[in-house]
Amino acid sequence: MGLKSNLHNLKEKYKGTKMAPAFNAIHTFLYLPNETTHNGTHIKAADDLKRTMNIVIMALVPCLIFGIFNAGYQHYLALGEIEAANGFLGSSFWTMDNLIVGLWQVLPLVVVSYGVGLAVEFVFAVIKGHEVEEGYLVTGMLVPLIVPVDTPLWMLAVAVVFGVVIGKEVFGGTGMNILNPALTIRAFLFFAYPTWMSGDKVWVHGAKARDEAIAVAKEAGSSLEGLDAISGETILGSLAQNKGLLDHSVMDMFYGIIPGSVGETSTLLILLAGLFLIFTKIGSWRIMLSSAIGALVMGLIFNGVISSGLITESSKFYGLMSTEFWHHLLIGGFAFGTVFMATDPVTASQTNKGKWIYGFLVGFISIMIRVFNPAYPEGVMLAILLMNVFAPTIDHYVVQGNVKRRLKRLKVKTA
Amino acid sequence: MSKDIKIKKGLDIKLVGEAEKTVEQAIISNFCTIRPEDFHSVIPKLVAKEGATLKAGDVIFYDKSNEDIKFVSPVSGTVVEVQRGPKRRIDAIKIQADKEQSFKDFGAFNMDSDTAAVKAHLLTSGCWPFIKQRPYDVIANPEKSPKAIFISGYASAPLAADLDFVLSGKEAELQATVSVLSKLTEGQVHIGIGSNNSPLAGMNDAVIHKVFGPHPAGNVGTHINKIDPVNKGETVWTINAQDLVVIGELLLTGKFNPERVVALAGSSVKKPRYFKTRIGSEVATMVYDNGVEKDGNDRIISGNVLSGKQLKPDGSLGFYDNVITVIPEGNDYELFGWNKPIFNKVSTSRAFTFSWLNPKKKYDLNTNTNGEHRAFVVTGSYEQVFPLDIYPMQILKACMYQDLDEMEALGMYEVAPEDFALTEFICVSKQPHQDIIRKGLDLMLKEIG
Repeated sequence: MGLKSNLHNLKEKYKGTKMAPAFNAIHTFLYLPNETTHNGTHIKAADDLKRTMNIVIMALVPCLIFGIFNAGYQHYLALGEIEAANGFLGSSFWTMDNLIVGLWQVLPLVVVSYGVGLAVEFVFAVIKGHEVEEGYLVTGMLVPLIVPVDTPLWMLAVAVVFGVVIGKEVFGGTGMNILNPALTIRAFLFFAYPTWMSGDKVWVHGAKARDEAIAVAKEAGSSLEGLDAISGETILGSLAQNKGLLDHSVMDMFYGIIPGSVGETSTLLILLAGLFLIFTKIGSWRIMLSSAIGALVMGLIFNGVISSGLITESSKFYGLMSTEFWHHLLIGGFAFGTVFMATDPVTASQTNKGKWIYGFLVGFISIMIRVFNPAYPEGVMLAILLMNVFAPTIDHYVVQGNVKRRLKRLKVKTA
Repeated sequence: MSKDIKIKKGLDIKLVGEAEKTVEQAIISNFCTIRPEDFHSVIPKLVAKEGATLKAGDVIFYDKSNEDIKFVSPVSGTVVEVQRGPKRRIDAIKIQADKEQSFKDFGAFNMDSDTAAVKAHLLTSGCWPFIKQRPYDVIANPEKSPKAIFISGYASAPLAADLDFVLSGKEAELQATVSVLSKLTEGQVHIGIGSNNSPLAGMNDAVIHKVFGPHPAGNVGTHINKIDPVNKGETVWTINAQDLVVIGELLLTGKFNPERVVALAGSSVKKPRYFKTRIGSEVATMVYDNGVEKDGNDRIISGNVLSGKQLKPDGSLGFYDNVITVIPEGNDYELFGWNKPIFNKVSTSRAFTFSWLNPKKKYDLNTNTNGEHRAFVVTGSYEQVFPLDIYPMQILKACMYQDLDEMEALGMYEVAPEDFALTEFICVSKQPHQDIIRKGLDLMLKEIG
């Protein structure tokens, strides 16, 4: 009882001061506030925004843990120090060594993402005198999961500041933004520091450092012994260069024991997370389902183009176009983007009909960009950002349907 | 052309403390208080000054903008106090009731009278304020002629008074009123009933609709939307079923006798049951003798938990209400309340809230908001509890940024604040939906009229 009443007294003491929102943000993490209803409904349902956001974070945690192990695993595998894991529970995957390397690389990303992002949120809350809103709790977890494992921390910090300020706060904070903040951060990184975000050297911890060491050694003319370049190409990167699936099996892709951004590789865990979000009624099943349908349709169209012989093996699009249509759901960040980013309720379509259209187009355009974008063979980021921009337009036409029905009712009456 | 109304979207909130079906005579209240704020948008012009002696049915005040609309005293007695707020606004008129009640005699009404005579009779006898109109959810404008009149004989709100029980035995009064009302509209009187046992089921001069589904199936707004929605330029009138009895008694006997059977309900009440009392009676006459603690940390509400009005312990029964609900206040902190699994509160999600496991369980909810006020974030949840053919979040946002054209296009003429009670209840962002809609309607009334 002591803590509760002490905190209550502190809250009363600093009520109305500049720092009150910052204090309340911490206080409300410990205790559900003592606010009561006034007029209007005298009772309220149990859910609040914190709970809603918390569910999404819980859905992300398995992806994070898997991503940590995978970071270590890909590192040692590329170094040739361990055997390839055989299946999801492969003995060389869930090891202490993998965990340590992974933690060493991934935890700082999480800490920087949350630290910087929440600091910006607190500053804005204090300046503008509103409560600290929960939106960044999810964004802060998403960001480390969608960047390459070796992303320098200062780069991440700059991107987070940009994403939170330009992507969200300038529009008025949580609930008012047009673009998904996590993807804004990712897009900023991609366009500002392309060499760190794409290519075949960024997806495995140590690859880039090894490359630089080789370059230095070459410069100095010293021996290159023990300095084999580490290759860490993603499947998408390989397909874009018509090099096939490398030696990854479909099950590897499904389990996620492949190189890629930290947390987006395991389609299995993302699928489970998606089902969890649908079950808890937090995530929109309409968007997830229609997005998958959109991607499959686009994949089928490309497969059809290949089988009709319009595109030959010499074409630079052959690799990705000839990928079996359902493989597109497993590779790259598509599954992660669909489940966690496209469903962001603020930036997605807000009407139920609109969600079907929006989701379908996210999937459809993702695969289209994936195939045709020469610079960066992943489309889901750009597709979602593009559809974020169009979501209000989709909603507008859906709502106009309702408005027209109302006007028609009036005309029938007066006619 | 009776048409059944079936809705699927909605939510029955099951609460502890439903009123037991026995009626007691409440202790006769010494004072009777009329609050002009019950009559939204009415500016009262006082007739009965402090010290005036009144009979039940004598005019207390009338509406400044329409002098024909008169508000009469529910009791005979002496005006002891006129409480005023800022700018001499009249907050309440307190009447000390006589021991022996005397009534002003309006005379038995000739049931074959024409429309004008009906209107005049209801206006002078103080029964007009029982009739409300949509658009705007205010007292009906007597100069207009509505396209239909809607009456809901089915109360689906949590802990609402069971109208079948409350109205039983009053068929004669009900029929008299329905017949008279049918003269006021070019269209029809529509009555929604929950079961065939309803005393309203056999009414003549009206169309009876059976209603099925969860709350807000009983809300008159739902019936209007499903039967004959309000278009621009049209008006419908609504009237609470229990007020038909008061009007009926006036028509048949000439007395304005606003007696009402009221449910006393809620988890803080030890013996929830029905009481016979009057409009404006002090709630203290019922509440404290039935197990509500005098210094308890409770919320007393005139009306139901979703759209009633908070009362102070010395408050009185509202003009339109037939329920008094008493529930515990929730002004306490809850450790990790935002993330721990919740079994004892209602939720429409399954976000570690487990009310979906046991849909029949009755809950003891308090007035805690269960979270802080936020901007709108979550989408798609309101639609699950909102049966009207209207986009709830879009219309709320239109009200917030005061875009009159958009409010009109999205269906503002059709709604009343109570239609948004459920969306407000489930709102994750804890936005005051009913208040937003009320302010939107007020703005439209002012700008468009």
